[in-house]
Amino acid sequence: MDLMVEASPRRIFANAHTYHINSISVNSDHETYLSADDLRINLWHLEITDRSFNIVDIKPVNMEELTEVITAAEFHPLQCNVFVYSSSKGTIRLCDMRSSALCDRHSKFFEEPEDPSSRSFFSEIISSISDVKFSHSGRYMMTRDYLSVKVWDLNMESRPVETHQVHEYLRSKLCSLYENDCIFDKFECCWSGSDSAIMTGSYNNFFRMFDRNVRRDVTLEASRENSKPRAGLKPRKVCTGGKRRKDEISVDSLDFNKKILHTAWHPAENIIAVAATNNLYIFQDKVN
Amino acid sequence: MFARGLKRKNAEDPEDVEGCPAGAQATPSYSLQRQSLLDMSLVKLQLCHMLVEPNLCRSVLIANTVRQIQEEMTRDGTWRVVAPQAAGRAPLDRLVSTDILCRSVREQEGECPAPAMGDGQPDLVPGLAVAPAAPAPRSPQSSLWEGDGSRESRGGFQKSLDQIFETLESKTSGSVEELFADVDSSYYDLDAVLTGMVGSAPSGPGTGLQAFASAATSPPGSSCRSDLGELDHAVEILVET
Repeated sequence: MDLMVEASPRRIFANAHTYHINSISVNSDHETYLSADDLRINLWHLEITDRSFNIVDIKPVNMEELTEVITAAEFHPLQCNVFVYSSSKGTIRLCDMRSSALCDRHSKFFEEPEDPSSRSFFSEIISSISDVKFSHSGRYMMTRDYLSVKVWDLNMESRPVETHQVHEYLRSKLCSLYENDCIFDKFECCWSGSDSAIMTGSYNNFFRMFDRNVRRDVTLEASRENSKPRAGLKPRKVCTGGKRRKDEISVDSLDFNKKILHTAWHPAENIIAVAATNNLYIFQDKVN
Repeated sequence: MFARGLKRKNAEDPEDVEGCPAGAQATPSYSLQRQSLLDMSLVKLQLCHMLVEPNLCRSVLIANTVRQIQEEMTRDGTWRVVAPQAAGRAPLDRLVSTDILCRSVREQEGECPAPAMGDGQPDLVPGLAVAPAAPAPRSPQSSLWEGDGSRESRGGFQKSLDQIFETLESKTSGSVEELFADVDSSYYDLDAVLTGMVGSAPSGPGTGLQAFASAATSPPGSSCRSDLGELDHAVEILVET
């Protein structure tokens, strides 16, 4: 017997967004939440559906001057007046709603200086941030761009404190990935409950986990063909060049249609959810 | 497409794409690759513009890439700016379809609707939904991948780029609401509307929507098809409910 789930809307908050909504974030006060589209961020009260406050607006008077859009936004987990939003140019702005009603001026501006030696025509596109997530502690935030995840200390705006390469082997394929539009894929990222590990998706149904304490990372696959139920997942490796070992997969064999864009980590247990196209996988730590 | 990503040449860069001497930024192969990238980007921008729901982020990123290439070509001296009278007379054949689309849409809809929050739906000229389908877009592939092509079209491209953005804004703010204006909100009609938009099932009702489905050409990459696949899947779920 198949389980049929029927969802019915309880409230509809309409007519406040002209562009595609990319983020929703409930505030730590559990009374308000924000919604963000390409050019604006609005603040809502959960109980009031016909009114919202515009708190960020980056739409230029002349649309011809538009060069940057909002890509993600999130409230701070503990400070109900603080939120961040990321942009397509790889920047993050932290705003404090106490300072002004319209948060067009940021309190903090996070941007990593560009590495001139790796500059290419695709530099801006791959620096575009697809997701931003605060750590549970509220001390850090994590951003996902096309090739990496970065952990930022909220007290240091000049550069991230950690950078983890998700699939650096794609750097030499950027032109092809631009041609087939994969370079515009928006991957999410998430923290483990204790903030000791972070996770994000990749292609070929691979997803990556980084242990921040032990400085170890692993590539796993969410696929029914390649794993038996209740068996441990085998780490995968992508061969970047030269001789390919038996268990490795070469970059050119990767399936770019099998992308894992959404992952989630249980806030208290070591249980993760991974969305692979039209399948949802739930994995948990092996109990000894 | 390329074995290696397209990189700007560095004076100390020992690796060459096709055996050209190192350090020469405007080597023939690099210029060719850069030109290909420019052409590919312009095609993408035009196709972006013809989608039912244009992706603003993607368009902005592609437009910025085009500007970067243009700036570098200007610095190299390989960018030939057209004299004003020539731009007026000579047909900018690579971009003319975009130009016509932008102009016809703007003429029909007048002022762009201001998207104030909390307001009702902006007023729209009924013709807006039909305009993009009117001039059949010339096949971009054939004209853009010719050898040198009509480089005199370069001068007018910045203006066309700006027009693309204006149209993108007006399309995003209005056209989706316009599409659904006459549609009943029951699930059955929503399913029919989505099916009509996707174009894969030709049984969608409404000639206006059919025009959209046939006008939207599929982009070279596979992402559009996988998007349509996801849409189909969503439709299946709605139908089962």
